[in-house]
Amino acid sequence: MSAAVVPVPSRLLGDVSVGDELPELAVDVTATTVVLGALASRDWRPMHHDHHFATERNGLADIFLNTPNQAAWFERFITDWTGPFGRPGRMTFRMRTSVFPGDRMVFGATVTGVGTDATGCGWVDLDLALRVGDRVATTCTARVALPVDPSDNPWRRHGDRWDPGGAAAAS
Amino acid sequence: MSVAGDPAAGSGRDSAGEVLPAEVEAMIGRPMYEQTADFVVERAYSYNTCAATGNGNPIFWDDAVADAVCGGPVVPPTTLSLWMRPHYWQPGAAGEQVALQVHFDLKEIFGLPEAVMTDNTLEFHEPVRPGDRISHRQVLRSVSPVKTTKVGAGRFWVIDVEYHNQDGVLVGVERYTGFGYRRPEAVGGEAR
Repeated sequence: MSAAVVPVPSRLLGDVSVGDELPELAVDVTATTVVLGALASRDWRPMHHDHHFATERNGLADIFLNTPNQAAWFERFITDWTGPFGRPGRMTFRMRTSVFPGDRMVFGATVTGVGTDATGCGWVDLDLALRVGDRVATTCTARVALPVDPSDNPWRRHGDRWDPGGAAAAS
Repeated sequence: MSVAGDPAAGSGRDSAGEVLPAEVEAMIGRPMYEQTADFVVERAYSYNTCAATGNGNPIFWDDAVADAVCGGPVVPPTTLSLWMRPHYWQPGAAGEQVALQVHFDLKEIFGLPEAVMTDNTLEFHEPVRPGDRISHRQVLRSVSPVKTTKVGAGRFWVIDVEYHNQDGVLVGVERYTGFGYRRPEAVGGEAR
């Protein structure tokens, strides 16, 4: 896997405004989606791979997406939009309902804040949701760092220059 | 699974001024249950995670890009807790290993048989890289006074799980808000 071309930032902080909406991502969930995600995250609990356990013991409709895998889906959704220079800082999840095989899950997000912190790091705040039809399965708020100019790179920030737990970005 | 109410801030006393049990007071702010992973961070799980989510971010697939952008290979930040999860089976293991033991300790201390996690925050610090050996520890941050919600009466608590690499550098924090509770007395004999 050689790469002759090293990317340049595809999205800079100045390209983003409060109220911007990210392009939606729709995924048809299958049993394979659920099982792959559970095993990739080393979650061996049976309600994420055993239909009979999920339905007969848990009383649920089917096996369902586990939380760490949902986090990975949100990460993919966010960094599809930011490009590789986008560096996730913080994500908070609230699980409302489950996601089952046969569901079409749709990820969406709105920019709620854009700003820089005291170290000059550029941050975007996002309100995200994973929906199935009219049902909200999971809500998420996230902060992701974006380069402030073409020479900036959030991944090169360390120690005191990287503060993902800081206050929300000023818009 | 939404439960109304806010966790208390501070320590020693809950936000109503009620003195917490001494053993809970002693837990607040003190790292507990430190553990080091059984295996080092490996790229196969990074690939599995990306494959399971269709994540084509080139920093996880292309070393030249990873070098240029991240100073070397990194794994997806949301794999943070993966590195500390126990094997499904291993020689000599007995019984189920319980994650987030502090949560279960608090249920026991307060005599609260039911519990839900109301939300979960992931904070990503120094990138996790293939070859790292991760350790984690649990820190109780706060306990609320008794609150009554629609599922029952109980307490909220906030537990941080702090993750460090082999150099002692913080790589991430998971923050859980739990609500331990007792169901209202059953009326009409609902069995559980």
